[in-house]
Amino acid sequence: MPETPLLELTEVSAAYGPVKVLHDVSLSVPSGGAVGILGANGAGKTTTLRAISGTVRVPSGAIRFNGTDIRGKRPDQVAALGIAHVPEGRGTLPNMTVRENLLVGAYLRSDRDGIERDIDYLLDLFPNLRRRIRSNGSALSGGEQQMLAVARAFMAKPKLLVLDEPSLGLAPSTAQDVYAAIAKLRAESGIAMLVVEQNANLAFSIVDSAVVLETGRSVLTGTTAELKGNDEIRKAYLGG
Amino acid sequence: MFNFTTFIQLIIDGLATGSIYAALALAIVLVNQATGIINFAQGGMAVLSAYFGMTIGNLMLPIHPILGIVVGIIAAAIISYGMGAIIERFVMRRFIGSHPDTQVVATVGLLTLITGAAGLIWTYNYIPYPFFFDAGESFRIGNVAISVWSLTTFLTILALMGVLQALFRGTKMGLGLRAVADNSASAALSGINVGRMLMAGWGLAAVLGAIAGILVAAKIQLQPGMFDTFLVYALAAVIIGGLDSPIGAVVAAWGIAILENLAGTYIPWIGHDMKIAVPFVLLFVILLLRPQGLFGRKVVVRV
Repeated sequence: MPETPLLELTEVSAAYGPVKVLHDVSLSVPSGGAVGILGANGAGKTTTLRAISGTVRVPSGAIRFNGTDIRGKRPDQVAALGIAHVPEGRGTLPNMTVRENLLVGAYLRSDRDGIERDIDYLLDLFPNLRRRIRSNGSALSGGEQQMLAVARAFMAKPKLLVLDEPSLGLAPSTAQDVYAAIAKLRAESGIAMLVVEQNANLAFSIVDSAVVLETGRSVLTGTTAELKGNDEIRKAYLGG
Repeated sequence: MFNFTTFIQLIIDGLATGSIYAALALAIVLVNQATGIINFAQGGMAVLSAYFGMTIGNLMLPIHPILGIVVGIIAAAIISYGMGAIIERFVMRRFIGSHPDTQVVATVGLLTLITGAAGLIWTYNYIPYPFFFDAGESFRIGNVAISVWSLTTFLTILALMGVLQALFRGTKMGLGLRAVADNSASAALSGINVGRMLMAGWGLAAVLGAIAGILVAAKIQLQPGMFDTFLVYALAAVIIGGLDSPIGAVVAAWGIAILENLAGTYIPWIGHDMKIAVPFVLLFVILLLRPQGLFGRKVVVRV
């Protein structure tokens, strides 16, 4: 008997107003596992993450997290259950300082000592943020904002970290730095991750398996090794 | 002949009136930062709260006058908080996502409704508001006569600003309010209940307005439309100071009131009748030179 997954989506659809964007997406993330979502532009990757965090309407399907049905819950309720979503475009708080951004990330926690310990841990992991601790979010570079977004999500001590294209708009070397830090976070905390990424090579540096989306449907699931060995996947997402 | 004593009195009275504009302006900035709209009903809500406070306080007046006044103020504060929260939850929440113009028109509708309701219940006559002292009382420091009302108003509003600052900078609720104002989608993803914060923001703004309303009522008596002119000044302060800058709004409010007083006294052809034009000439010139307001950030508007 396989263990019950931490997160399980079954035949999920999603719609913006009357426009249906997801038709049939199924995927699962095991406890402590890391799963990637691959797909072309418009395949529904971001919408899948939004369906999980409650920021888009989900007319049908089931979303179970840690034994609870979370379909139709508000974003703050989903967050309270232990899912931290780093949205597309980072979503840092532009007029609050780096430290305040991290404190907002820890909004649902009340263990002051633990919060300070985690801030210190993350500032060690992202030394750039330590240097800019009093700067406003809007004053940071793109790479620093992405690091801040990941750090802020981690401050919630989530069971599952949901990342939407952490490499978007970053120089290749910066993107690699961000991924190296995410890999370290995962190795040291054992936190489960669900990662949307256009750049499959980057995604494969941290995930164990991935789901491929096409026009709002999950069409293929496999371990990293299986997908790397698949000719079509290689052509479409790995550059040959 | 320049009279220094008169000059000082004009400044002090200007600071007091300016503090009323400032309280209303702060309330408008508070709501604007959280929701992006200007609440034209802010003054009306303040007046209605003052009416409720007076009515409830008057029940206690026979027991002890001071008790009646204190109960009235507390009642007005509590009722205004509830009124702000309810208006957000059941009226403004329905307009979230609709065009900002629609939302502004909704607040204008609220103003009309609230003023009408107050007139219906309490009539349009001026009603004296029972307060700790008479509006005409003053004391002297040297040659300068200082109105007790002016000093009380200035200090009260200053204290309220201190409390607000402490709330926003030093408490978890303040952190949540600021996060929602800054980026509500991200705040929600961090587990902050955005709806509850919006209600709290509207509630706090309403309390600020209610206290200002009581102070004005203590001076000029209570009347449903008494805050309409104040709202105009407060809006001028908000625009001059910058919509996203609480400090800017307060400084602008004081500046407007002082300038208005000075211009009305020292520039003969302006006089008492024309002094209302002063802030608007100022507004016009400042917006020509600095469209984002004196303290505001330049924002690229998405239209």
